[in-house]
Amino acid sequence: MPMFLTDDQVMLRDTAQPFIAEQAPISHMRKLRDAQDATGFSRDLWAQFAEMGFTGILIDEADGGLGMGHVEAGIVLEEIGRNLTPSPLLSTAVGAVTALKQGSVEQRGHWLPGILTGTTVAALAVDESAKHRPNHIALAAERDGNGFKLTGNKTFVAHGHVADLIIVAARTAGAAADADGITLFAVERGAAHLTVRPERLADASLASRLVFEGVHVDADAVIGHVDNGREGLTRILNALRTGAASEMLGVGNGAMAMTVNYLKERKQFGKLIGSYQALQHRAAHLYAEMEVARASVLKAQQLLDAGDERAERAVLVAKSMTGYAMQLSVQEGIQMHGGIGMTDEYDIGLFMKRQRVLGEFCGDSDFHAHALAQLMGY
Amino acid sequence: MSELASFRAETRAWLIENCPPEMRQPVRSDADACWGGRNPTFSCPEQKLWMNRMAAKGWTVPDWPKAYGGAGLSPAETKALREEMAALGCRNPLSSFGISMLGPAMLHFATEEQKVHYLGQIARGEIRWCQGYSEPNAGSDLASLATRCEDKGDHFLINGQKIWTSYADKCDWIFCLVRTDTSSKHEGISFLLFDMKTPGVTTKPILLISGNSPFCETFFDDVKVPKDQLVGTLNKGWDVAKYVLGHEREMISGMGLGTTSVSVSDVALKNIGAEPDGRLDDPVLRARIAQFEVRAEAFRAMSERFIDQLKAKQAHPAQPSMMKYYGTELNKARHELLMSAGGADALEWESDASREGAAPRAWLRTKANSIEGGTSEVQLNIISKHILNLPGA
Repeated sequence: MPMFLTDDQVMLRDTAQPFIAEQAPISHMRKLRDAQDATGFSRDLWAQFAEMGFTGILIDEADGGLGMGHVEAGIVLEEIGRNLTPSPLLSTAVGAVTALKQGSVEQRGHWLPGILTGTTVAALAVDESAKHRPNHIALAAERDGNGFKLTGNKTFVAHGHVADLIIVAARTAGAAADADGITLFAVERGAAHLTVRPERLADASLASRLVFEGVHVDADAVIGHVDNGREGLTRILNALRTGAASEMLGVGNGAMAMTVNYLKERKQFGKLIGSYQALQHRAAHLYAEMEVARASVLKAQQLLDAGDERAERAVLVAKSMTGYAMQLSVQEGIQMHGGIGMTDEYDIGLFMKRQRVLGEFCGDSDFHAHALAQLMGY
Repeated sequence: MSELASFRAETRAWLIENCPPEMRQPVRSDADACWGGRNPTFSCPEQKLWMNRMAAKGWTVPDWPKAYGGAGLSPAETKALREEMAALGCRNPLSSFGISMLGPAMLHFATEEQKVHYLGQIARGEIRWCQGYSEPNAGSDLASLATRCEDKGDHFLINGQKIWTSYADKCDWIFCLVRTDTSSKHEGISFLLFDMKTPGVTTKPILLISGNSPFCETFFDDVKVPKDQLVGTLNKGWDVAKYVLGHEREMISGMGLGTTSVSVSDVALKNIGAEPDGRLDDPVLRARIAQFEVRAEAFRAMSERFIDQLKAKQAHPAQPSMMKYYGTELNKARHELLMSAGGADALEWESDASREGAAPRAWLRTKANSIEGGTSEVQLNIISKHILNLPGA
């Protein structure tokens, strides 16, 4: 598989790029933010995404989707990143769909149609503390009648406050740090004894803290097999990390484009500031970092789509590399904009805030560098 | 099975059958690589065997046309061959500036007669080439070169000096930039080929901080060159030069990324040891290695992407500058880490155990990576101007 987009993939990009730039530019995000919108995203836009087929990219054709892969999902997510578009596409069409693909025919039949029509929103509840530590899952699921009773806390659940479906990683056996004994559950919106507390984050997106106080779910809410959810969870996380990396590429490249444009407009000492070598070299270095990040993401996507065993390692590299590159991009962005970069009115600061949230999502760059070291045996 | 899959399977079988075990060990140094040439030195008989077997298949230059010593492989087949060689740990059968730099330019700019004459020799490793580019007063500003070339009717007459000529003392022929018109900087340069045995050519090795002398000063005193050894048009040699530089930058960018090179973490684990859970027992060095490896793996993906884009003619013309910049900075970082991981052992300069100071000499040698073939700063200038289109760059 050559390491560039196929003709079909280029066509998808050429459709998604203008569509998202027109329907959901940065001003769209600003409007939602300034209105303190309680949903946090536009349901109309979500329905439009469904009409365009975006929500069904990873859904099998047999289930009514497009049956495409992570490269295609990434193409759309990158545009979402570039426009800072608030959207549940990553959690729903990548995270939840990857989870449901491992579920039963009934589960797919129950949830996928709503995702395909843009009426259903899904969230993933994995993290339990401030840092992503998927190897420490304590939220308990105990046998209860014909099902289970969930007790514990989850945090940093994007779109959790409006999600119709919450995929929950819970412990059905063993201790918090055990690899085994994890079970995945599909929890429905409005479940009794579940408290969902949305918190607005630095980038104005909403993520929820979830408190489970004996939330009952039936046995058919189990996705996959009881106690054997670790592999499924890893698969979901790798899909989410790869999707997040695509969105991060969009954020990084969007900030870089804005900055490079500014270098061509702003004059000081009678010259365009972009003619100063001190700034040129920093911009050129940033370009190199972003290009390398793009290659790492495409590699991870292609290996995931091919079902290649090297995919896991490539995903760690992609999320880590893109995190470092995107962070450099927003930092150089504000610095090179100077004072105006510090104002709320100017958009570059919004990139910096989004960068922090996406960088943290499903593990930051350091988390993934550490995981790579473990995988390589040192 | 698709055509490509069967090509891959046949290739693997052939490599297993024909690549000697000695040629499936990592290359230990420049001297341990196979350079070919009129008076070749081989580290072992298997090295010669391997070069000749690969050359007979056209696989020293797999994507060149068969008429010029290649195998005429498609980009996908070339990639499959490279991947199978990497998977089996097969060495590059022939390290050659003829293959990596001169050949691609000849394919683009040379006459049919020149292609037939020179390219086959390159593919078979019969001639070892060096590159006459830099001069004492033309480094980063290469186009200001002044080596004089006069038209004497039936021949050219060359006078001047080159510097940093890699392996000039060991090479058979040189591809050389000369000044054929002093009235224009870029439009007065020509690209010549000539034999290093030609009367008037002398070389003097330069002792470097590594204690080795891979580079020479090369002097030309009334060197007579036949006129059919001009490549491309007279005074248009800068176009050929830039083309070669693009390929040189690609080659340099890939240094240190070979799957056969020693792993930093293995060296660190050997010298420092691990905690019970397997982590390197130096958390700070471990973190530095991990952050380096993220970039190195990502850059491996970038190298693959770059080659694929290049073959499909999708690469930005200035992208080799990005590759050269990033690859050389990474390689320097890698050798800094290797020195940290190697500790006192990596400081031994002459001992047998250190293989005559392989580690510290390689470390010092890499400092030139971001200078040779255009400095990192020159590459950043090129990216600024041609990719980012920044003003006045």
